Amino acid sequence: MTESGAVVTEAAIGEVVLTVNGAERRVPLGWTLADLLGSLQLDARTVVVERNGVILRDRSSFASVELALDDAIEIVHFVGGG
Amino acid sequence: MAHADLISTETLTDPQPLVIAGHEFRSRLMVGTGKYASNAQMIEAIEASGAEVVTVAVRRVDLDRTKDEAILHHLDPDHFFLLANTAGCYTAAEAIRYARLARAAGFNEWVKLEVIGDQQTLLPDTVGLLEATRTLVGEGFKVLAYTNDDLITALKLEEAGAVAVMPLASPIGSGLGMLNPYAIRTIKQRLSVPVIVDAGVGTASDACIVMEQGVDGILMNTGIAAAQDPVRMATAMKQAVESGRHAYLAGRMPRREVAVPSSPTTGMLESRP
Repeated sequence: MTESGAVVTEAAIGEVVLTVNGAERRVPLGWTLADLLGSLQLDARTVVVERNGVILRDRSSFASVELALDDAIEIVHFVGGG
Repeated sequence: MAHADLISTETLTDPQPLVIAGHEFRSRLMVGTGKYASNAQMIEAIEASGAEVVTVAVRRVDLDRTKDEAILHHLDPDHFFLLANTAGCYTAAEAIRYARLARAAGFNEWVKLEVIGDQQTLLPDTVGLLEATRTLVGEGFKVLAYTNDDLITALKLEEAGAVAVMPLASPIGSGLGMLNPYAIRTIKQRLSVPVIVDAGVGTASDACIVMEQGVDGILMNTGIAAAQDPVRMATAMKQAVESGRHAYLAGRMPRREVAVPSSPTTGMLESRP
């Protein structure tokens, strides 16, 4: 707990705590977006990724985008709709 | 018979194919991909509908993989024109965000723009819709704006740069058919951009009556997906859209309040005493 009373999630040594699609996740320090997608068994070509409100339009950049503490990652795709 | 070559509907084609923003489409029927019992049924129904434009929604990937939601595993983007919607968005900002995400998927810069104003009726928030239309048009999007059957909003959407205006026949998923033919006809008569009626068509006769108003096309989802037999209903909708279009182009006979005999009134036998 901080002085303000907020709960702070302490990352273990070598871990990065971030939010992926609204849920907290812990990934190894140094992981890139490509590592994350790989671990989720997602094909980068079939998803769109938004990081902290910014859409990453260049999929080739995924391998060089390192995940940081408190990143908010959104991974979306097309589903059935009218 | 002089018109023998016209009898076959195969040869009687639409003289003006549907063109939106310079893109020519092979069907005036556009279909959604939601609410089907299975992906196999969805594909079969879409094939039966003959639609080229199919709408899709943008949603978070289910990272727990409880459902197979990814539509591109089933729908060939080379065969269909994917039109992403912003369904479920209640503000202009939200709709703009979804449109940008959809464009980043890399298929096209088209969006079926929805800004919903009310959960119960899913009627559009036309103020938010106009705001989002202006922003997205400025960013190079081809905006097809889902709106109500209000002429003034439709005119403003056209002025804002929408490439098509999509007034509702009746609320989304209601299947009530066209509630205000006068409003739909007026919008069609006053706009230069294509008018695609979106939402509310419940069965084939609804689709036919909508097309008879002279509009450029129809987008539907639930009318097909929620039928007992969606594939057969998709076939019926395809034929209804074509029939309604033909009837509009043919020009209906004038309505009369009195009967006019179809058979000759002369040459009748004299009555026997």
